Amino acid sequence: MLNILLLIIPLAFALLIWFTKGSTSRMAALAGTLVQLLFTIYAYNQFMALGAAPFEINYQIAVKPNLVAHLSMDGISMLMVILTNLLLPLIVLAGFNRYTERANIFYSLMLLMQMALNGVFISFDAFAYYIFWELALIPIYFIAFNWGGEGRTQVTLKFFIYTLAGSLLMLFGFIYLYTVSPLHSLDWETLRSNPICKCDQSWIFWMLFAAFAIKIPIVPFHTWQPDTYKTAPTQGTMLLSGIMLKMGTYSLIRWLMPIVPDGFKEWQYVAITLSVIGVVYASIIAIMQRDIKKLLAYSSIAHVGLISAGIFTMSRVGLQGSLAQMLAHGINVIGLFFCADIIMNRTGSNQVEGIGGIRTLAPRFAAWFLIVVLGSVALPLTNGFVGEFMLLYSVYAYNTWLSVFAALTIILGAVYMLRMYQKVMLGEPLMEKMQFEDLKWNEQLVLGIIGVLIFALGIYPEPIFELTEPVLKTLTP
Amino acid sequence: MEQFIKPIHLISPTLLIPLFPLLGFLLLSFFGKNLKQAGAWISSLLVLVSFVISIYLFKELGNKQSLDFDVFTWMRWENVSLNFGFLIDPLSLIMLLVVTGIGFLIHLYSIGYMSHDEGLTRFFAYLNLFIFFMLLLVMGNSYLVMFIGWEGVGLCSYLLIGFWFKKDAYNDAAKKAFVMNRIGDLGFLLGMFFMLFYMGGLDYATVLSSAEGMEKGAPLLVAITLLLFVGAMGKSAQIPLYTWLPDAMAGPTPVSALIHAATMVTAGIYMIVRSNILYTLAPFTLEIVMWVGVATSLFAAIIGIKQNDIKKVLAYSTVSQLGLMFAALGLGAYTSGMFHVVTHAFFKALLFLGAGSVIHAMGGEQDIRRMGGLWKYIRITAITFLIATLAISGIFPFAGFFSKDEILAAAFHHKLVWVLLSVSSMITAFYMFRLFFLTFFTNFRGTEEEKHHLHESPWTMTVPLSLLAICSVVAGFLGMPAVFHMPHWFNTFLGPVVETSKGLMGEVHHMEHSTEWLLMGVATALAVASIIIAFVIYLSKKQVPESDEETTGFAKVVYNKFYIDEIYDKVFVKPIGVLSDLLHVVVDKLIVDLLVNASAWFVGFTGRTMRLVQTGNTGFYIFAMVIGMMVLLLIQLVL
Amino acid sequence: MNEVVSTAAPQSWYLVLSTLLFSIGVVGVLLRRNAIIILMCIEIMLNSVNLLMVSFSAYAGNTDGQVFVFFTMVVAAAEVAVGLALLVSIYRNLGSTDIDVLSKLKG
Repeated sequence: MLNILLLIIPLAFALLIWFTKGSTSRMAALAGTLVQLLFTIYAYNQFMALGAAPFEINYQIAVKPNLVAHLSMDGISMLMVILTNLLLPLIVLAGFNRYTERANIFYSLMLLMQMALNGVFISFDAFAYYIFWELALIPIYFIAFNWGGEGRTQVTLKFFIYTLAGSLLMLFGFIYLYTVSPLHSLDWETLRSNPICKCDQSWIFWMLFAAFAIKIPIVPFHTWQPDTYKTAPTQGTMLLSGIMLKMGTYSLIRWLMPIVPDGFKEWQYVAITLSVIGVVYASIIAIMQRDIKKLLAYSSIAHVGLISAGIFTMSRVGLQGSLAQMLAHGINVIGLFFCADIIMNRTGSNQVEGIGGIRTLAPRFAAWFLIVVLGSVALPLTNGFVGEFMLLYSVYAYNTWLSVFAALTIILGAVYMLRMYQKVMLGEPLMEKMQFEDLKWNEQLVLGIIGVLIFALGIYPEPIFELTEPVLKTLTP
Repeated sequence: MEQFIKPIHLISPTLLIPLFPLLGFLLLSFFGKNLKQAGAWISSLLVLVSFVISIYLFKELGNKQSLDFDVFTWMRWENVSLNFGFLIDPLSLIMLLVVTGIGFLIHLYSIGYMSHDEGLTRFFAYLNLFIFFMLLLVMGNSYLVMFIGWEGVGLCSYLLIGFWFKKDAYNDAAKKAFVMNRIGDLGFLLGMFFMLFYMGGLDYATVLSSAEGMEKGAPLLVAITLLLFVGAMGKSAQIPLYTWLPDAMAGPTPVSALIHAATMVTAGIYMIVRSNILYTLAPFTLEIVMWVGVATSLFAAIIGIKQNDIKKVLAYSTVSQLGLMFAALGLGAYTSGMFHVVTHAFFKALLFLGAGSVIHAMGGEQDIRRMGGLWKYIRITAITFLIATLAISGIFPFAGFFSKDEILAAAFHHKLVWVLLSVSSMITAFYMFRLFFLTFFTNFRGTEEEKHHLHESPWTMTVPLSLLAICSVVAGFLGMPAVFHMPHWFNTFLGPVVETSKGLMGEVHHMEHSTEWLLMGVATALAVASIIIAFVIYLSKKQVPESDEETTGFAKVVYNKFYIDEIYDKVFVKPIGVLSDLLHVVVDKLIVDLLVNASAWFVGFTGRTMRLVQTGNTGFYIFAMVIGMMVLLLIQLVL
Repeated sequence: MNEVVSTAAPQSWYLVLSTLLFSIGVVGVLLRRNAIIILMCIEIMLNSVNLLMVSFSAYAGNTDGQVFVFFTMVVAAAEVAVGLALLVSIYRNLGSTDIDVLSKLKG
């Protein structure tokens, strides 16, 4: 039952918001996401106390073909649901300092997106999962298309078609799985416990991998991402980078690894190598980026590359680290894009070069921005470090040389992040008659919460381990 | 290893030591604006409290007991759990006292030094944060906790070097320091992975005890120690990662004293002494450590001769002294290296603070060519500076004499190293006295305005100077050479830490008393000779270093630090920038994205081509249909 | 074996006739421009097939073919109804039933 509510609350608010006007829209959106957050906390308590039982839903959609909507919950799903519903209020709140045209539609789409994301994370059969997966694409497409910046038509179309193409491959994969699986069921548990023949696993792996690799994105399937992040409105970018790409990494753990274990093992080394190459490749590109949002986009590619490398090691430490890092990356990247948005909003420039001196004018903003940057460069005691340490270690345990290569990220990350911070924030103001108001209440609130989360999860990540360990125990050999 | 008895009642005082500076940091960050000068005092007092608790621990524990406990589990998976915990043993106690003690004095000094700066509370917040991380570094009971401190002090160093963030040169220096440290940290991190993988843990107890079971020269140990040493190279500014330290002088002078002379840069030495068993079992690494140390010591000393910025001279002398310490560690003389860390902390902090006082008096001028004759204006600074200069030159009975002598004595069985280190010490004495004479004697070479401005610093600055001066005199007596027939307190105290290594090392070069006397004599003679040369050149002949344009030939190369920065820039920094652009424009945009766009183009192309078939002519459709049917029939027939 | 003695024409005649009718239909469809005639030619083709099926049915002594013919006739009737309705509509709009005029769907 609880699962249905996780979907219905955002959906109901999405409908409600549609009929609001002006600034009430965003208040309603904030209210909706807060209600959802409170409910998530309640759900978390229920889950810790009672396990998956109160979440279990099995609804037979059709008998032939045997389609069931199976919604359930486990530690990993709970973590992702928490991530989604924790970040959404922050994303909504981030929009309070600006005027959004047709705000009712904008926030309505956002809440719809929230529903779809929740759906992806609680679906335990491939059919419902696929529907939510595609459903999540629709609102973000419209958000990016209608509220985006220059060149949005082409960029969003590319984003849409590219991810859709990947998803279709995944659909083929699922349909084939359905036909060859002995029990003709798409239920996760059934698929997992009745693995198909090894001969088929290899190419089904690639079918599903394509969809996830594009969504994550793993180099070389990433070219839609920097432009989309740049063009989309910042709140859309936050949704994309903070939560939506976690759909991909989550799916690697939930779907790819358990249901085609042999294919996973067979191509493990290719996937890890690709991911690690992506880490270094994107980091190096980020160094000389001139556009702030694109720089952050490439840094994001580098970070998620490491996450996927950790997942593909198939080791407990890699999976555990990837989960910790998914949460951390979601929080940090939202903070980073929010700071970028504040800068771009107030200075009117999106370039790394040519701003400068903000720290003098807005010391509070500079301090919070620095905290987020530190989280992103994985300084110990920030949330980025826990995940990065475990992920790098898992890569090390898989292959020493690969880990040396991957660990370059700690150097390169410092290089591009500090370069950006220095050029934008430090030095003398380079713009004429520069004004830069320090943080407003809503911005302070968002960055404050993000800052607290960065340290809280960096110092005491135990709740994450506690939540996800039992599942990982069953998932790994 | 020593007995790990747990004096439980000491756990909470131990926890309080790092918490006080952290509290100071938080207080100043959130309420700094309202506190102003009071904030500076609060932050200094909090460090003093930590110092007092450290003394208490020191008294309670001595070197017979140690305290090792975990606070909470930080990361865990499968059967591995990495804990956040503390270890207080003789080694950490020494470092604790140095960090909090000198830390407090420098805080006190900064109250005066920074009093006119608008970022006063921010400065003290950073200083407190630094003390917090440094304490974690030395108090941690595992490499992981050490790594927290290790990176944390790097962050503080970044923040403090770039403290005056309006100047881009400072920001560049700060970034350079952070990135170079990160290169070292990469080595440290990989070293930890090796330990975790092969030894199953990161706490000292696990690692060191499992290392004891391995044979000498095991490849694993060599790998681990080398990787850890890469970390030490970054943090302690050894060749080839030393270039950040001279640039780091961009920060306020107290920072140079605290972070870039007394404490943070010695973290590498602390780490090696902490893992002395690993290093003893990896003679190959020890050899490398020794040679890197010797090379750095000599190289930096040579560069020091031609520097004219008062802080740059001290910076290169720090690099050089750190090299000396690493050489000592490489020779297996762990306690001697550690001893030099302590004495060096006193006199180098004193030198920097003295330099700060000079700069303060000169109104910001740092070029020694524009100073001179300051002796009569700032007497306390001058006297304390002289004491420190004598100490670093290794003149009896100042602190540097004893620790340096110990290292040279340890090097004696390795003649080449001994010669090189002696030369390095000699150069050190020379350029330090060059600095001293040029700054404090002959005539004043600055402007009238500066001359008018000259004044002695306030008491908050001179008191730390005096206290450090006293320490620079007496600290040496903690470790008397054997010939004096006095107890070597320092070695005895650290005994338990290096006990196992001593046992493993086996043969110890016992020295005749006569040889030892001889060595001391030679060292002193060399230092005195250098001082006389400096005296002749800069006092009798009153030479002043030539201006930048006049410098030519080899002197110019030395003055420009052998162009190492330029070489790094050409070889590493620029190519990475080019590579970044290349990957972005060529690989990303042209190749990868082209493939994506090409598939889109192919679909479009197919559509455009196939469209032509749709002529709209019904007759044509029918014709096509009939032809199609015939073709199908034919196929049917043929097959 | 019971020899079937029949006064009817041999089956090959039916085959030839059917082929002829079908060819006439095809040629008509291909060459004529008037939509009504094309429609009629299609009917001829359909009926040629019907003839073929009936003849086979008779020779094989099996009624399946004849049943099928009924189906075809019903479908053909429906088809003609729709087709003629379309043609009337086209004629009203364009004033012609020449198929060359119907090129609005050019891609």
